[in-house]
Amino acid sequence: MDIDLITQILFATIKTGTPLLFIALGEVICEKSGVLNLGQEGMMLMGAVVGFMCALATGNLGFAIFASMAMGAAMSLIFGFLVLHLGANQVATGLALTIFGTGLSAFIGSGVVGQTLQGFQPIIIPVLSDIPVIGKILFTHDLLVYLSFIIAAVLAFVANKTRLGLTLRAVGENPHAANAIGIKVLRVRYLAIMFGGAMAGLAGAYMSLSYTPMWVENMTSGRGWIALALVVFASWRIGNIMLGAYLFGLASIMHLVLQGMGWTISPNLLAMLPYIATVVVMVIISADQFKEKLLAPRSLGKPFDPRQMA
Amino acid sequence: MKLKSLLVGVGLLAGLGTAHAEDPFKVGFVYVGPVGDLGWSYEHDRGRQEMEKYFDGKVETTYVENVPEGADAERVITQLAKSGNDLIFTTSFGYMNPTLKVAKRFPKTTFEHATGYKRAKNMGTYVLRTYEGRYVSGVAAGLLTKTNTIGYIGSFPIPEVIRDIDATYMAAKSVNPDVKIKIVWVNSWYDPGKETDAANALMDQGVDVMLQHTDSPAPLIAAEKRGIRAIGQASDQSSFAPNAHVFSVRDDWAPYYIKTTKAVMDGTYKPTDFWGGFQDDMLSLASINDNLPKEVRAKIDETFEKIDSGEFHPFTGPITDNKGNLVVPAGHTLTDVELAQVNWYVEGIADEVPR
Repeated sequence: MDIDLITQILFATIKTGTPLLFIALGEVICEKSGVLNLGQEGMMLMGAVVGFMCALATGNLGFAIFASMAMGAAMSLIFGFLVLHLGANQVATGLALTIFGTGLSAFIGSGVVGQTLQGFQPIIIPVLSDIPVIGKILFTHDLLVYLSFIIAAVLAFVANKTRLGLTLRAVGENPHAANAIGIKVLRVRYLAIMFGGAMAGLAGAYMSLSYTPMWVENMTSGRGWIALALVVFASWRIGNIMLGAYLFGLASIMHLVLQGMGWTISPNLLAMLPYIATVVVMVIISADQFKEKLLAPRSLGKPFDPRQMA
Repeated sequence: MKLKSLLVGVGLLAGLGTAHAEDPFKVGFVYVGPVGDLGWSYEHDRGRQEMEKYFDGKVETTYVENVPEGADAERVITQLAKSGNDLIFTTSFGYMNPTLKVAKRFPKTTFEHATGYKRAKNMGTYVLRTYEGRYVSGVAAGLLTKTNTIGYIGSFPIPEVIRDIDATYMAAKSVNPDVKIKIVWVNSWYDPGKETDAANALMDQGVDVMLQHTDSPAPLIAAEKRGIRAIGQASDQSSFAPNAHVFSVRDDWAPYYIKTTKAVMDGTYKPTDFWGGFQDDMLSLASINDNLPKEVRAKIDETFEKIDSGEFHPFTGPITDNKGNLVVPAGHTLTDVELAQVNWYVEGIADEVPR
């Protein structure tokens, strides 16, 4: 393998990892507040279709991104209302949200299937992109990829170094204690859920406006589920999520590149991987003693009722 | 259209007063992808719509899309049979066993399975001679490549896909003896993101003409971005890549759906293994790009004519596989049964069929 091919592979790794990174960053914030939202795939698809339609109608990509994020957040509000106010089961509600989003996105997007648009173009950052190897890998992407770097950095800072991050953790670890010291638990959870929704919408917009600039039904093909698995693999740490997203990106790129070089890999084995990951996540989430070891927020998945004591 | 079906409904109601209105003949379809995939399932659905239009109210169709191959498929097919469909088309290789199982339980219903090889008294199979389109594609690819490396994005290593890779490569080699092919499997019929990654991985390795046996137009979009050539499959995908697009090998299922539905309605149906290609108007070359060099265009037309007229069959011996075995002796043309079992790469493909 020559250096050019390695550079290309790592460049592609970043692109492939980016949608996973967006969703996983949103989900980790949501989960840190103690809420498990399995509706990622549905919110992502809605974000993708709305972003694409807005871009077609207005020609303004910035507006399209905003619409995608707003759509994702609006979808997550439905989820928030059901689980926070009505105390609905989070897992079931999240799954319903995914099914709902998949169907609704196909319905509203049926008129724009087959249309094309330019999408985001690469922005070559001067000076930085001239650094050998690294420059090409990191600084010749489009705006959304840079945005993902920035969001990851900001979130890592906020979650670990600020009072806001502390509040979020307190709500996720022990909502009753947080409530007792005057933190508005439900409000924090609402905001976290909406942030997760907006990020899923953004991930969808990345798919339909940058990665594969088009809209076709179910075009996210399960990336929302992989991102959920990523959060667990990263043990709810933002730095690890970035690593995990790119690791997954690298694995899927390498699988393709190696085949092109004449290696034969069992397709069945590789097709299983995301599902195995998802199963592992489900097992881990449902086994309590594992949770603490993996630093999962202690109240993850449990509804909060301020009238009850812990 | 709405008004028309309303009128038909009113007519039926009026008929009820005097005699029982004749029930429409019901036909169900099962699709593996979304009808909006602009590829495989989209074309089956176009065939369904044309068929319905052809029978003008005498046939009522339903379809279920996005049905996973496996236990879910069996449930969906059973449901369609239970709800009174007289004829059911299942349109993906992985539906073969579920379809057969349900066919045995509902002997009065007729089943037709696309791309399979198992048949029963009330279950036939049908498939497209996609290798004919691939052969023309291969000729175009072999002439257009400047790096002498063409790329192929495969879905699953089943005979249909392997056969098409062979046809592509034999065709490319017939016009360009130095041509190499790089094959990447994505383990999915439909995943635009992964197809994009596969396309990029191929282009990173020097591929400058790309073919695909997956259903989304994503590889064409990727090719357009990087300024190389690509060939569309299943439906006309020219709009996604105005410069890159060479042509699309387009499926047309309507002739078969009309023919079969008619036969079942008339009571003349017999389960067969039907293969349709250029000659049956079930495959065509759609939107051949105006920006092709004249001699390439001429060669495309010539190859198409030769296959369409029956003068040439791509799988005519002598053909040697890439391990040196003579798989098709000189003078022999593979029969459809033999074609359905192709699991070898032809000589010159430096790769192995995944097991």
